[in-house]
Amino acid sequence: MSVDWVLNVAVLYPELLNLYGDRGNARALERRCQTRGIDANVTPVGIGDRWSPEHADIVLVGGGQDREQRRVQSDLHRRGAALREFVEDDGVVLAVCGGFQLFGQHYRGWDGEIMEGIAVFDAVAAHPGPSIRRCVGNVVAIWEGETVVGFENHGGRTYLNEGQQAFASVVSGFGNNGGDGLEGAQRKNAFGTYLHGAVLPKNPRLADRLIALALERRYGADAPALEPLDDRAALRAHAEALHAAFTPAESAIGRRFA
Amino acid sequence: MPGLVVERLHGGAPHALAGQLSAAALITGTNGKTTTAAMLARILRADDRAVIHNHSGSNLMRGVTAALVEAASPLGALPNRATAVFEADEAALSEIAAAAPPSVAVFTNLMRDQLDRYGEIESIALRWADALGDVPRDATIALNVDDPLIASLESHWSGACLRFGIEDPDIPPAPDGEVMDAVWDPTTQDDFRYSRRYFAQLGRWHTDGGAQRPTPQVAADQIGSGKEGIAFTLRLPEGEQGVALPAEGLYSVYNALAAAAAATALGVGPDTICRALESHEAAFGRQEDLLVSGRRVRVLLGKNPSGLNQALRTLQTPGERHHLLVLLNDGIADGEDVSWIWDVDWESQAPHCRSLFVGGDRAADMALRLEYAGFPAPCAEATRDIDEILNRALSQVAEHERLVILPTYTAMLDVRRRLGQMGASRLWDVA
Repeated sequence: MSVDWVLNVAVLYPELLNLYGDRGNARALERRCQTRGIDANVTPVGIGDRWSPEHADIVLVGGGQDREQRRVQSDLHRRGAALREFVEDDGVVLAVCGGFQLFGQHYRGWDGEIMEGIAVFDAVAAHPGPSIRRCVGNVVAIWEGETVVGFENHGGRTYLNEGQQAFASVVSGFGNNGGDGLEGAQRKNAFGTYLHGAVLPKNPRLADRLIALALERRYGADAPALEPLDDRAALRAHAEALHAAFTPAESAIGRRFA
Repeated sequence: MPGLVVERLHGGAPHALAGQLSAAALITGTNGKTTTAAMLARILRADDRAVIHNHSGSNLMRGVTAALVEAASPLGALPNRATAVFEADEAALSEIAAAAPPSVAVFTNLMRDQLDRYGEIESIALRWADALGDVPRDATIALNVDDPLIASLESHWSGACLRFGIEDPDIPPAPDGEVMDAVWDPTTQDDFRYSRRYFAQLGRWHTDGGAQRPTPQVAADQIGSGKEGIAFTLRLPEGEQGVALPAEGLYSVYNALAAAAAATALGVGPDTICRALESHEAAFGRQEDLLVSGRRVRVLLGKNPSGLNQALRTLQTPGERHHLLVLLNDGIADGEDVSWIWDVDWESQAPHCRSLFVGGDRAADMALRLEYAGFPAPCAEATRDIDEILNRALSQVAEHERLVILPTYTAMLDVRRRLGQMGASRLWDVA
């Protein structure tokens, strides 16, 4: 079978930033492309690897612990200018949790140490200290009038600077900082979010948006329309996650051991 | 809950009772605690000791207190030669070690598990290093040296140390792409490198900084399949013997090594250790085969990627296919974050699935994950009611066939209750 359309998906540091099932995001893009006859080449990019975003269509970066974020920091900085250029050129990015923080201006860890980000997003993150509770739990947010669902687990709190657009608004959960009701950030076709789960498999419209944006950038008017897929399983998982977000685990446990 | 009551009424009670013990073994780690504790208890009974044992799931301080109180006479006396076998939750180690000072402390492995509850694994490793300060100086620590995070604990310990690990050079390597739970040494920051890696970060490891896996004094070699389970040569400081272990998978060998190391530290001889291991019976949800209405049912607890990957490997005999019931709950004891299912190698299990049933509070999330892994469409799914999905799955299984149930922790409790009501045999010996 000849393949007319190709998308190159790069996954940054999958051996280090893979904390919460983030590999599911690449799987979702890959499968939603292949079912439609679009060839998705998924390439892992490790520290020191020869790679530049110039041939990439979609860049994924996942979550990691503070020490893993520190580990990738200098390699990411080396690629910072190219990644910013990629985003200004409408390249598609999904940066999750620790990856989201690294794509901001900087992150101040719980020990006070500053980790410089690559400033794709005009946002700063800070960890309020080891004695302050992490933001943990199911999240429901509204993105373009629709629900997005996922799970968050982050010590850092992100604040968007003026003019920086959020990705979504929080209905249930903490989001960026538990205070301003905002979740994630968006700059052109780059999306940053604290949601994992993995986020794309059970938010198929978001996955398709990333694919559509990448196809449009690469093929312009010739880009294929995305035909609908059988998303029954994904939408059931989405509905179930909505239910979980509004049913605290304590009450579920109480029921079970009653 | 006697433990809770005593804890409230009299905080010093566990300490007073623990003082009467002739010895205590404390077992901690992410995977294998319950089975290791059961194996060790069996060895100690074979050595004619009175064993006091906290039950699976009661591995916080409260469970330890309850076990001591239940074993005591009305006047508060423990039996003669009483030896305690306590499994300790990763986060409760310090508290339990302080209240019931162990004669031997066993560390099985440290895997990524319930990050929403425990936090990051390097921080657990550092907490354990601190907790060693609560272990009496004359105690022995038993370490799984194939896990570099466990092996490194020895540098925080000045007392006796018994190392255990696998010495067989012919173990098949971990599949490519399997998630590593620890990539580098938290103290030196050096990457772990492997001449052989068995699963997760377990294997024959070294670092560029010159650290390497120490040689174990308690070891398994010549591992192969036995008549019913796995056979290997068990090397102990006082000699070696063949063991036919009625359990499957490399992780069972690690459990046996951990129990053998602890028993050795407690002065049990090699003959007793090997004989008792050969009479091992699985705890519920840990490879136990049950008989339910003429059908075989195997329950394999799956609570984190490494443990579940290992459990799945025991089901992947070439050409063999199973009826599978996968149950995913997201209670506090399961971990509220279910994203870990994406880090399990379900893909390699898909060809071994004859029919699929999916249940639990997050059944739809599980069904989606399995759809991605290439499983056949579920015969039934998204049923919150575990009784109903269990009945439907059992009705699919012919009399000579086997149903494999893969539950998370709270789902396992539901399954145990339900199978008990259905009259499953071999259920009542596990409380």
